[in-house]
Amino acid sequence: MSSYSVTEPSGRQKLFAGTLVILYALITILPLLWIIGTSFKSPSDAIAYPPKTFFSPTLEGYVNLFTTRTRATEEDVKALGEPTTWYDRIVRKDGFVIAGPSRFMERFSNSMIIGFGSTVLCIVLGTAAAYAFSRFKVPLKDDLLFFILSTRMMPPIAVAIPIFLMFRSLGLNDTHLGMILLYTAVNLSLAVWLLKGFIDEIPIEYEEAALIDGYTRFQAFYKVVLPQAMTGIASTAIFCLIFAWNEYAFAVLLTSGTAQTAPPFIPTIIGVGGQDWPAVAAGATLFLVPVMIFTIVLRKHLLRGITFGAVRK
Amino acid sequence: MAQIRIENVRKEFGAFTAVQSSSFTVEDGEFFMLLGPSGCGKTTTLRMMAGLELPTSGEIYIDGEEVGMKPASQRDIAFVFQMFALYPHMNVRKNISYPLLSQGMPRAEVKARVEDVARILKIETILDRPVGGLSGGDRQRVALGRAIVRRPKAFFMDEPLGALDAEFREHMAEELRALHDRIGATTVYVTHDQLEAMQMGDKIVVMNHGVVEQFGKPQEIYDWPATKFVAKFIGSPAMNFFDFDGMIDAGDTVIELSGKKVNVPSSRQGAKGNLTMGVRPEHIGFSDASEYRGRVLATEYLGTTQIITLATPNGEVKARASSRQAVRAGETIGLEFNPGTLTIFEGENGRALLSEANEGVLRHG
Repeated sequence: MSSYSVTEPSGRQKLFAGTLVILYALITILPLLWIIGTSFKSPSDAIAYPPKTFFSPTLEGYVNLFTTRTRATEEDVKALGEPTTWYDRIVRKDGFVIAGPSRFMERFSNSMIIGFGSTVLCIVLGTAAAYAFSRFKVPLKDDLLFFILSTRMMPPIAVAIPIFLMFRSLGLNDTHLGMILLYTAVNLSLAVWLLKGFIDEIPIEYEEAALIDGYTRFQAFYKVVLPQAMTGIASTAIFCLIFAWNEYAFAVLLTSGTAQTAPPFIPTIIGVGGQDWPAVAAGATLFLVPVMIFTIVLRKHLLRGITFGAVRK
Repeated sequence: MAQIRIENVRKEFGAFTAVQSSSFTVEDGEFFMLLGPSGCGKTTTLRMMAGLELPTSGEIYIDGEEVGMKPASQRDIAFVFQMFALYPHMNVRKNISYPLLSQGMPRAEVKARVEDVARILKIETILDRPVGGLSGGDRQRVALGRAIVRRPKAFFMDEPLGALDAEFREHMAEELRALHDRIGATTVYVTHDQLEAMQMGDKIVVMNHGVVEQFGKPQEIYDWPATKFVAKFIGSPAMNFFDFDGMIDAGDTVIELSGKKVNVPSSRQGAKGNLTMGVRPEHIGFSDASEYRGRVLATEYLGTTQIITLATPNGEVKARASSRQAVRAGETIGLEFNPGTLTIFEGENGRALLSEANEGVLRHG
């Protein structure tokens, strides 16, 4: 028999909490599983009614995502000879031939450049600003901090038109730099506030000890404060990346070609005969991967970071 | 190793004056205590000496060189923080070697020095442990190790025993003093604990409200306090004060306390009005012959001695007597004061009047 404890939940409480968590996880993960499932369906399975839970998987969606295709007559197909690759075979089954690669890889790498670029910039600027706000006497500190926060109080899209005009006159429309700057500007307030909280938690004695030990202020900052702030930096980076990665409205408005990111591109994947849902689902699935990897890599920090305030002092 | 001289140092934070024009000298190799209640400016004074705060005005000399405006990294001193401030992301060895690495010392020499220090502090076995899991005492030793490893000109310690529990403090205090005696480095130590200051210090500065009240050897300060604040702050129980309205002239050896004559050391100064006679509890004796009488309120048994609380015409006082002295609560007994140990304070500013007994101590400070 176990004795009563104030801090340890009882077995029944644990069972109840566990059930709730699993239920919640199922609810959130179901659409995700559906998308991943759809990406492996054939177009006809994807729109079958009632929806199919069991189906024979195919890579057609992924092939369609990465290629552009044209319809060909039977003679034309015969004239080409036997298909040489597995993806040729998939395409020709439906009477198509591959015309060339699609733009998905370009859009995907645009997303990577802009997403990670703005995250890095945001963290560099945010950490420096947060450190200054945390440690130095900055004139009008509270007002400045409030001003920074206030940029977050309206939906960013409310300023879409001024930004569009500004970008046009600066030649930033449809450029990587423009999008990186924009996402950095939107995320910076969050980054400064989050990071300031984390840096405030680091006792100033660590830096003073480093100063006494013969290091300069800057060395004390990056050798002592930065390693301590890694938790906060990691979780802030994840928040920044998720925003920049998923952002849709500005991307639609401000990019069309060179710098277009994946979110506005994926919905435009339309097959020749009707909506090609497996291809769209394949795009969405691949789109999830980088953020997932990034989050898993930083997970250890994230778990400690989200519960900050509870960290030991 | 070095002498440290503080001259007219003053520190203001906005409208608040933390330290008012303080001057004192720490001699080479001294264990020097900065003592006072919290908020008295002792930590600010130490931080100015270390270069963690810049003085508003005044000069600080370390080893003859004026360093008041120099950054901490250029003063060649070591600082032990109350919270130890060990770098949490490094292990013990890395922590101790950190100040040497900033000087670009060769690896082999760093290793030798760290192991040297570890041997002195008896922490060889924990060198490769992370600092997170260490006990308070070991953290304290590592912090000391980080300080002594670079052989600085001086050590500054800000209540280094404050974070330890009472039992361990005593032990660490002894260890610290033994370490000082062994390496003989100039040490400035901040504490609010008068017992710690008396026990460890070669010399003590007592501060209050940003002012240096007195500065000298522990025994001098205990016997001949310069102000009522010092008399009250040092010693447990504190010095007894007998307030009286009267006068004293230069050369007088007797005062009148509630109509009874009391012998005092020959005064060098005259004063009148509100005066206070100060006497340590152990200098109150009992004699039926004495005209000055008090009623016993309570006794506190402390083993070899006892503390007797008495009601007198000049207020409540505490006397320390041998436990063999038989007294009962409620009885009235005659009090005697050891004449060579009395100090007269002026009422308004609380300063001690100079007498033949204390002038040797108070004139130089």
